[in-house]
Amino acid sequence: MPMLEVDNIHTYYGNIQALKGISLTVEEGEIVTLIGANGAGKSTTLWTIAGLLKPRQGKVFLEGEDLAGYKAHEIVYKGVALVPEGRRIFAKLTVAENLDMGAYHRSDRAGIAEDLERAFTLFPRLKERRSQVAGTLSGGEQQMLSTARALMARPRLMLLDEPSMGLAPVLVENFFETIQEINRDGTTILLVEQNAHMALQVAQRGYVLETGAIMLSDTADGLRQNPMVQKAYLGME
Amino acid sequence: MTMETETRFNWGEIVRLGLLAAVIALSLNLIGLVGTFAGRDIIGGMVSVGHVFLFGAALGCGYIAAQRFSGGGAGNTLLGGLVIGLLSSLPLVVLVLIAEPLNLRQFMPYVSPALLEMLTFGQGQALGSLILIVVASVLGLIGAGIPLLPSRVRQPLIWGLAAVFLIGLLAEVIILAWGNQGLGLAIRRFVFAARGLSILGASLVFLIVVGLSAWWNSRGEGIKARVNALPPERQRNLRWGGIGLGILLLLFLPMFLRTYLTEVIDNVGLFILMGLGLNIVVGFAGMLNLGYVAFFAIGAYTMALLTPSEYGVAGLSFWTALPFSVLAAVLMGLILVIPVLKMRGDYLAIVTLGFGEIIRILVLSDFLAPWIGGAQGILKIPNVSVAGMELVKPEHLYYVILAGCLLALFVSWRLRDARLGRQWRALREDEDVAEAMGINLVKTKLLAFAIGAAFAGMSGAIFASKLGSIFPHSFNLMVSINVLCLIIVGGIGSLPGVVVGALFLVGLPELLREFAEYRMLMYGALLIVMMVARPEGLWPSEVMKRELRAGSEEPLPAGFVVSSAER
Repeated sequence: MPMLEVDNIHTYYGNIQALKGISLTVEEGEIVTLIGANGAGKSTTLWTIAGLLKPRQGKVFLEGEDLAGYKAHEIVYKGVALVPEGRRIFAKLTVAENLDMGAYHRSDRAGIAEDLERAFTLFPRLKERRSQVAGTLSGGEQQMLSTARALMARPRLMLLDEPSMGLAPVLVENFFETIQEINRDGTTILLVEQNAHMALQVAQRGYVLETGAIMLSDTADGLRQNPMVQKAYLGME
Repeated sequence: MTMETETRFNWGEIVRLGLLAAVIALSLNLIGLVGTFAGRDIIGGMVSVGHVFLFGAALGCGYIAAQRFSGGGAGNTLLGGLVIGLLSSLPLVVLVLIAEPLNLRQFMPYVSPALLEMLTFGQGQALGSLILIVVASVLGLIGAGIPLLPSRVRQPLIWGLAAVFLIGLLAEVIILAWGNQGLGLAIRRFVFAARGLSILGASLVFLIVVGLSAWWNSRGEGIKARVNALPPERQRNLRWGGIGLGILLLLFLPMFLRTYLTEVIDNVGLFILMGLGLNIVVGFAGMLNLGYVAFFAIGAYTMALLTPSEYGVAGLSFWTALPFSVLAAVLMGLILVIPVLKMRGDYLAIVTLGFGEIIRILVLSDFLAPWIGGAQGILKIPNVSVAGMELVKPEHLYYVILAGCLLALFVSWRLRDARLGRQWRALREDEDVAEAMGINLVKTKLLAFAIGAAFAGMSGAIFASKLGSIFPHSFNLMVSINVLCLIIVGGIGSLPGVVVGALFLVGLPELLREFAEYRMLMYGALLIVMMVARPEGLWPSEVMKRELRAGSEEPLPAGFVVSSAER
């Protein structure tokens, strides 16, 4: 049974159709990436999976269970954590408080403390800055915080939305290494990226989205070799 | 902060500030603020609040100039202040000269002979104008001189002046509370003049406060450090000791304050209660509610209807009716929150505004008049009584209100740091992310509105019993605006801020009756000044302080963030 199965979802913003029948699967332990241009529907797909948007048609299954009956906050309890685009940290709260908020729905103190340690091991910068106001962090640190905050929910499936956006190239590489590390520790990852080059290096499989529909799906290597992907997303001739 | 940018000294800017001071001083004269407050002496026979309005602009603009040109050299700065003061006085001199020939009073009613007399210090046109110019110039110079002083001199000086101003302003009230016998009377005669402080009293107050402030400046840090060095247990004992002492003081307050002042404090208390409720909705959860008065009204009308009043239907006592009043407000809060669950920001503000008006119009309507009295209101609401004794005097009701406020403070304080408080904070920061963190938005919003409404309902219920009668016009939009203003001025999201804001915006205007006419003007001006000079409020919450310090790299106080995950 796949970790996540998205079956033909149609999502609308008011009357505007953003997703026109998206289907995808993510197996346990995988890193799967969604690549595509601006406005292709990548973030909408993640928001629909997280329950923040409700599809007008189609279903989302988490380990075989239909998520349609659950509210967004309940889906977090099921083990799905979203790292939203543009970080969206709680800017007025400190780093420690932000992380605390990520573990909001949990009550196992020992487990929370353990996960906090793990987050600080993955992102040592955050440990140094734990009592700093999150709004004063640099862009890269905010991305770390946003990711660490999601980890504090101890998710089984992590939805990462454009983590490389606005990061210095050297940071991007570091960051993707950390993502792989998180994955190795047992978290399944669905990664949305514009930086197709990096995304296809860390992911095992990928989907290409265009105007709300899936154009292509293949292994990461397969996509990298695909002439159309090379031309449109990897900048090769 | 904005003031930190150093600009090169230039005369254009000085002239601009001078003109600004001139416009402010002239308009305060023309709208009557100077004249109205000329009788409110701070130092008997010498300085009145009118003088403060008259020369405040010169002083303030001089101060701003000196701050702005902090690197420009002392000589230039002082000269600049002098020029600003001079410029600010010129239109007043013109006013003095043309007032009578042109008979300005015909269309500017506040340009009265008394005002002209005040502007010329009673010395006739020529000499008086000269004195006016000199005084304004010197004050501009003093204003410019203040920032040049080292802070260990400046701070005590400012505190001293502020204390003299405040005590002088409230002299009448303090005398009222002082009592009339023995030693008290002797001291009173010595410190206070017929109106305001005596010169001796003013000097005394000034010296004492300057001394205290200087002492705190040199020793305060040491004392704080010593307290911080104490073992946590002792620190906690110290804190609880402080709180206990404060409560003890509150318990005996009516005995010092006497009837009139206790009445004022009672009104402040009702607003504190409402402020604490709105603070949960706006300050904690970040949902702007402009119809908050509706819950106050519902609490009051429920109380009126359930007790044996004119339109009473149940004949309950105050204490039995109180929970129902609170409950009715809570229910109304829940009903209101359902349509606004999906709304944010401006939309929420507009809908709640409409809700407040609907409630007011309903209680005013002829349609409901047979049951709730319509525009005639409801009379003969019985007093609060305890063990057969009716609480009629403000001193007695004070304890009911105090209990309500303490309860609300305690509940707010506990909730703020609890799980629910964190939910509200996340909601305020980013609704979508809060949801993605696993926070149930519906429940969180419902609880904020319900608890906020409960405090307002309690306040309304006490209000109804206190007055013994209620009228629809007591529940107009201005109440909502007042409550909102007081939490903004106090510091949004801050519990002590609510108390300070209520004392400031509700207590002070009641003590200064002359303000009544200018109340709205004062509110507007105060809010603008606050937002420019101290946007975090008078007593800001830690989170607000952090937000507004965010740009600076100033380290946070140690031990200030202990997240529950680390405990």
